[in-house]
Amino acid sequence: MGLDFSIVPSFAGPLLLGALWTVLLTVVSAVLSFLGGIALAVIALYGPWAIRLPARFIAWLFMGTPLLLQLFLIYFGLVQIGIDLPAFVAGVIGLGLHYAVYNSELIQTAILAVDRGQMEAARTLGLSRPQALVRVVVPQAVRAVVPPIGNNMIALLKDSALVSVIGVAELTLAAQLAIGRTYRAFEFYAAAAVLYYVINLGMEAVLRRIERRIRLSR
Amino acid sequence: MDTDLILKVTPFFLQAAVITVELSVLTVLIGLACGALGAAARLSRHAALRFLGAAYVSVIRGTPALIQLFLLYFGGPQIGIQLDAFSAGVIGLGINIGAYMTETMRGAIVAVDHGQAEAARTLGLSRAQAFRKVVLPQALRLMIRPLGVNINAQIKATALVSAISVIELTYTAQRYIGSTYKPFEMFLLAGVLYLAIITVTGKVIAALDRRVRLP
Amino acid sequence: MTQTPFVEIRHAQKSYGTLEVLRDVNLTVNRGEIVAIIGPSGSGKSTLLRAINDLDPLSAGEVLLEGVQVNKTLPPRAYEAHINEMRQHIGMVFQHFNLFPHLTVRQNVTMAPKLLKRLGEAEANRLAEEQLAHVGMLERIDYYPSQLSGGQKQRVAIARALAMKPKLMLFDEATSALDPELVEEVNQVMKRLAEEHMTMIIVTHEMDFAASVCDRVIFMDGGVVVEEGPPSVVFRTPTQERTRNFLRKYLEGAK
Repeated sequence: MGLDFSIVPSFAGPLLLGALWTVLLTVVSAVLSFLGGIALAVIALYGPWAIRLPARFIAWLFMGTPLLLQLFLIYFGLVQIGIDLPAFVAGVIGLGLHYAVYNSELIQTAILAVDRGQMEAARTLGLSRPQALVRVVVPQAVRAVVPPIGNNMIALLKDSALVSVIGVAELTLAAQLAIGRTYRAFEFYAAAAVLYYVINLGMEAVLRRIERRIRLSR
Repeated sequence: MDTDLILKVTPFFLQAAVITVELSVLTVLIGLACGALGAAARLSRHAALRFLGAAYVSVIRGTPALIQLFLLYFGGPQIGIQLDAFSAGVIGLGINIGAYMTETMRGAIVAVDHGQAEAARTLGLSRAQAFRKVVLPQALRLMIRPLGVNINAQIKATALVSAISVIELTYTAQRYIGSTYKPFEMFLLAGVLYLAIITVTGKVIAALDRRVRLP
Repeated sequence: MTQTPFVEIRHAQKSYGTLEVLRDVNLTVNRGEIVAIIGPSGSGKSTLLRAINDLDPLSAGEVLLEGVQVNKTLPPRAYEAHINEMRQHIGMVFQHFNLFPHLTVRQNVTMAPKLLKRLGEAEANRLAEEQLAHVGMLERIDYYPSQLSGGQKQRVAIARALAMKPKLMLFDEATSALDPELVEEVNQVMKRLAEEHMTMIIVTHEMDFAASVCDRVIFMDGGVVVEEGPPSVVFRTPTQERTRNFLRKYLEGAK
């Protein structure tokens, strides 16, 4: 069976819809991973030890195991404890948590790198420690880590393909469904690859703009 | 926690972990080869080679590894590439990590101070001699740690081949989750094994880095 | 019959885009002569020095060493062989030393002779010991560069260049990156070389050193040679306004 790309356009609708879901999945997971990353970083650095130690342990566990395995755990584990989530939500939680851990590592390093003088200056103005953290230290740290977090978000986009295995109807699954009907694996995976590449380019452009704007406010 | 079950399935997980180690070693070796070729192309004096190197990095890093794997394994036969799942996994993921390693290696090479090559050239060394004797030995030292990061990621990325039914650690965990309905136990078991592989690899890389570090 | 000059630079011209760094510079250096090139930063003095061994190729003009053109226009492969041969005769010392950090002091000195002159291990070691003794660095022969002070690094860098038995030595602000108390040990080594009649072209900011060691001083500004002559003349009775201004500023800075 040779190659015949002429069949691809007739599946343009489902593929584009899949691509749209991929974008949505990526954006929602990225936001979750960003906010979760900040929360995890603050907990890991400043939380009481009873929270800090388990948080660090879970972070270590998440960074040492494959995302795919974590997705299975979340999808099937939640079912086991009686929470039956739609696949999309399970996918968002899995991707979001996984990358929150990675983002948290970056943010922790950045928080520690923010000049101690900044904290002291805020405290002498009369701000409480949490206030100084939220108002002064974290905003600076977050600005400093935007580029590497951006790289994580690009990686998240590509890892979003993995949630096809728990049945999220995104781009990879859309390609698989088309292949199931046509038996043209090469054509549709290539088409999916092109769409991912385009989304990737778009995302890089958006990140560059964000980085430029952040640089102005530093 | 169902310890009886864990003890019962542990041998199967250990067998699967061996496959994961094999996959890791082979993909990293292919990745290093692709990375070296890619970096050489990216830094070549010939514009065509530079373009090829850049295209390799951009396309591979711009698309999901899972899609690349599916394209090779399921789409390969249509263009005359017939591979069993294990080989497709090793080759596909090797080419994938190779693109990341290309950038790691290139980064280390360009990070060596330009004055080093210049000093070698003023002594009369040819471009190739200056690279081999002066730039490369320094770049190799610089790339050990970042390559370690690539390798760490690659060990976890071997889980992807479970999607083309290679019976490695994640595939095994998934199967037992399905049959036992004990996701936490199975996750923990597989997780411990992944962490063991990653920790040992990390220690080896750190030792290597210490070994070659300059005073 | 006229004698061939040792080093000759003819109509040297260099520009980066619209920026002209060198404009028609002509310079002749005789065998055994020690020439200092001085001038404000951006005057083109380092560019001129780096053009002599074609590290920064000229846009136009010629550089000749004993009548042989250094910056010949040749096909890439032939040029590579030619320039590598020429550079073996032209030693160079950099502001930032550029010692090879992954090699010991000994290996820094022996690498090029072993590689390019096919010296054996024993012979190369003897050469290294001889050259390092010459710059007073023999006792540090098996140290790594990171274990040396700046002055020591620069002395090793000089030994490394001398080990190729060059006919000409180029010094590109060899003491500019050194702490003040380390300058003298490098100057001593350069003085000794001068006494041995090594031909040297020295780009420097140190007027005292230029005055006491060099046979001739070249003052450059804006990509041209403004004034040249013996140090006694250039430093004491400069004829050009730009030279006077530069020296006045230098003296004010030195105070």
